[in-house]
Amino acid sequence: MVAKRDFVVRFAGEGGQGMVTASEALAAAAAQVGYHVMTFVTFPSQIMGGPTWSQCRISVTPALSNGDELDVLVAFNKEAYNVHKDELREGGILIYDSEVFSIEDVGGDSTNIVALPYQELGKSTGNPRAANMVILGAIAEFVNWPDKYLSDFNVKRFTRGRPNDEEVVSANEMGLQLGKKASTDSGFSLGELAVPNPPDYEQILIKGNDSLSTGAIAGEVELFVGYPISPATTILTFMEEHLRGEGKFVYQSSSEIESITAISGGGFAGKRSMTSTAGPGFSLMSEGLGMAWMMEIPIVVVDAQRGGPATGLPTKTEQSDLYMAMHPAHGDAQLPVIAPGTVEECFYAAMHALNWAERYQGPVIVLSDHMLTERTQNIRKPDPNLIPIERREVYSGSNGYQRYDGSSVTPMPIPGGPGAYVANASEHDGIGDTTHLPQRHVDGTERRFNKLKTLEDSLYESRNTQHSVAVMPWGGQKGPTHEAYEFLMEKGVDVAWYYTMFLSPLNPKLIKELQDKDLVIVPELNYLGQFASILRQHRINAVAITQYTGLPFKVHRLINEITNMVEQHANESTKAGV
Amino acid sequence: MTKRNPEYDFKWCPGCGDFGVKRAIELTIKARTNELSIPTENNVMVAGIGCSGNLVHLTDGPQPFGFHGIHGRTLPVAFGVKSANPDLQVMVVAGDGDFLSIGAEHIGPQAKRNLDITCVIMDNGVYGLTKGQSSPTTQLGVVTSTTPGGKIESEVKPFPLYLSLGVSFIASAFSSQPKEMAAMIREAMDYPGFSIVHIQSPCTTYDDTYDVLRGNAKKGIDPLTYDIPDTHDSSSVEAAYDLVNGTGIPLGVLYAAKDPSPLNERFDNLGRKNDSRDVHDLIQSFAIS
Repeated sequence: MVAKRDFVVRFAGEGGQGMVTASEALAAAAAQVGYHVMTFVTFPSQIMGGPTWSQCRISVTPALSNGDELDVLVAFNKEAYNVHKDELREGGILIYDSEVFSIEDVGGDSTNIVALPYQELGKSTGNPRAANMVILGAIAEFVNWPDKYLSDFNVKRFTRGRPNDEEVVSANEMGLQLGKKASTDSGFSLGELAVPNPPDYEQILIKGNDSLSTGAIAGEVELFVGYPISPATTILTFMEEHLRGEGKFVYQSSSEIESITAISGGGFAGKRSMTSTAGPGFSLMSEGLGMAWMMEIPIVVVDAQRGGPATGLPTKTEQSDLYMAMHPAHGDAQLPVIAPGTVEECFYAAMHALNWAERYQGPVIVLSDHMLTERTQNIRKPDPNLIPIERREVYSGSNGYQRYDGSSVTPMPIPGGPGAYVANASEHDGIGDTTHLPQRHVDGTERRFNKLKTLEDSLYESRNTQHSVAVMPWGGQKGPTHEAYEFLMEKGVDVAWYYTMFLSPLNPKLIKELQDKDLVIVPELNYLGQFASILRQHRINAVAITQYTGLPFKVHRLINEITNMVEQHANESTKAGV
Repeated sequence: MTKRNPEYDFKWCPGCGDFGVKRAIELTIKARTNELSIPTENNVMVAGIGCSGNLVHLTDGPQPFGFHGIHGRTLPVAFGVKSANPDLQVMVVAGDGDFLSIGAEHIGPQAKRNLDITCVIMDNGVYGLTKGQSSPTTQLGVVTSTTPGGKIESEVKPFPLYLSLGVSFIASAFSSQPKEMAAMIREAMDYPGFSIVHIQSPCTTYDDTYDVLRGNAKKGIDPLTYDIPDTHDSSSVEAAYDLVNGTGIPLGVLYAAKDPSPLNERFDNLGRKNDSRDVHDLIQSFAIS
């Protein structure tokens, strides 16, 4: 029997029951022995309770999506069983706590059901917290993992220099063995998981928001002011913990209006300044973003997208803020937008954004999404040296400087130095005084848009460009689309691949290449097909595959839809005699 | 049109109180430059939207840096500027509409943080720039274009408001007394904490209150303003409340909290300055072990 290459486990129950801990522990243990891992967490917006689930994918090749089907479902309560059982694959295994609820209707005979009283078993180890270890021990046995994997993880994780380390480790080990025994007794197996094939480069295991925050620190952010909001809060808390040192400032604001105006003040005063928020907070920043664009102040705003509009789906994923990211404010303005597509790209997106803000002297949006913010993944260890730090050109001449004269970026005076001017949110003349002269508004408007041209040299990915139909995902849906694309390549489907995290301004060379395609398919998590419509503005024949469930794409859906669209296009081309 | 910029087309109406305020600010910044060796370019003037905010474009002589942003947000901008560089001398210039209506939500947080900035508030009791609508300090019953039947809500009382929010330094001034006004602005700027100099700065077009404020014997009007007696204990919140809850408008320093500890000082005391993070160590902390 060929060994399994991929393994997906979902833990579902009530918030606070340990689903996320179990999933993260399984991922960490698997990563330690060299597997590729990706977790996914979704929970309601409340401190405790509510239906929560966490998924862990373990693979011998890099994990690109959460995995469509479950090999194992651990149902912590009956509701979780009812909601998630249909996602269990044929021959998959259901684990439930037989002390918590009973399953009379097994839903056909294709599901292997293991009644595992893990809470009781956990308690029997002397440490009730070992319940999770009982579950992990059982799961590991279904794929024939050597005992060593989880035992070593247990020792490493729980040897923390506390007086009771030994007791905890030994209770956990007992839990692992109890789980393993239950698993063996059940007689079920999923087949052996192939041995890991660790990459030959250094790796880290990190969440999207931590990666982005670390990237911001690598990008030498100096001033950070933010307000708590899901799913961006962990960027603020990371900064509160780690943004330290001479000249650094971090603070929790009283509102997103305060965040955006405070970082504008910081950028004006010469600091690399940044905030993070999600949809509702981003809406409140609208006027301030227009101000920074008008005044030409370098700032970076992270919008960690969640479901909208209004309060929407605070803890679910969606890609419906793209229009808003590009055009957040009234009047003629178009902001640069960088949307990372992987946890690794989150790191570099933050570095690039800080550089872009300094280079073109204005606000830059980093568009992340819930799919990226909360998931843990093993990634190649980021190298800050790959992105040299760019700094704004600072004015060093004499007073009486016309800061806003000229048709593109000009040196910026910094308070305390020469060249005093007024940063003015009203249309202004060279020194920043308010003006209503038509020519000033013409010149000012054109200058502000011209500056964007300094950002048009961005990188993009392209593969198999000989094909006339292309697929082009953006943001967090890069992963599932990438996985679908690899499958389509194996099947020999004729489709090209394009991708960039630099969504605005798009590299003109990329636009030209896409214009030459008959069809560009854009999978995106929104109703309107926002990125596809932006591509159409560039006279690119783009069509979106949309979804607005609050959840990421399933890979098989993308495979089917892309295949159908490619075939349909081929048929139409034949009919048209092309 | 200003002396330094013929293209600039904004002007205040003749007799506007803001002229006096502008003069007082110019004198204060100049005196501090001369006496304390604080370069003019270390001054940042954060202006609100309204007639008063245009002061930032009208100052004569050596120019401070200016930030003329969006309506109501002077305080958080000042917070960002001051936090980015505590060496800068940050002054907010705004009116009663900008500061006490759309921007009022920001006074509380900045007062509690005790941000070391000085707010010079020009109160004319009306929205002048938009041509005469009711403002928070417009008195009950006053007819304006948005209160044609007379204002039916009572006015905001700035001084009790500032005291209740914990503002560290509060002074009350009148635009007709530039010398006294300059002295108060000077004291506020030298004060290490959040300071507000709230100035009666009448609008000669929509709400000319000069006679009411300084009195007019010919018309039989008693002055509403009076000088705070020397016996006033400005370190006492209770004494300040007593003054502002009485009749008339007391002029002078109402309140100056003793030993204020401004935000930037307290932030420094957290000891984060000498505790920088090496980014490579930070990345390494996520290593798979």
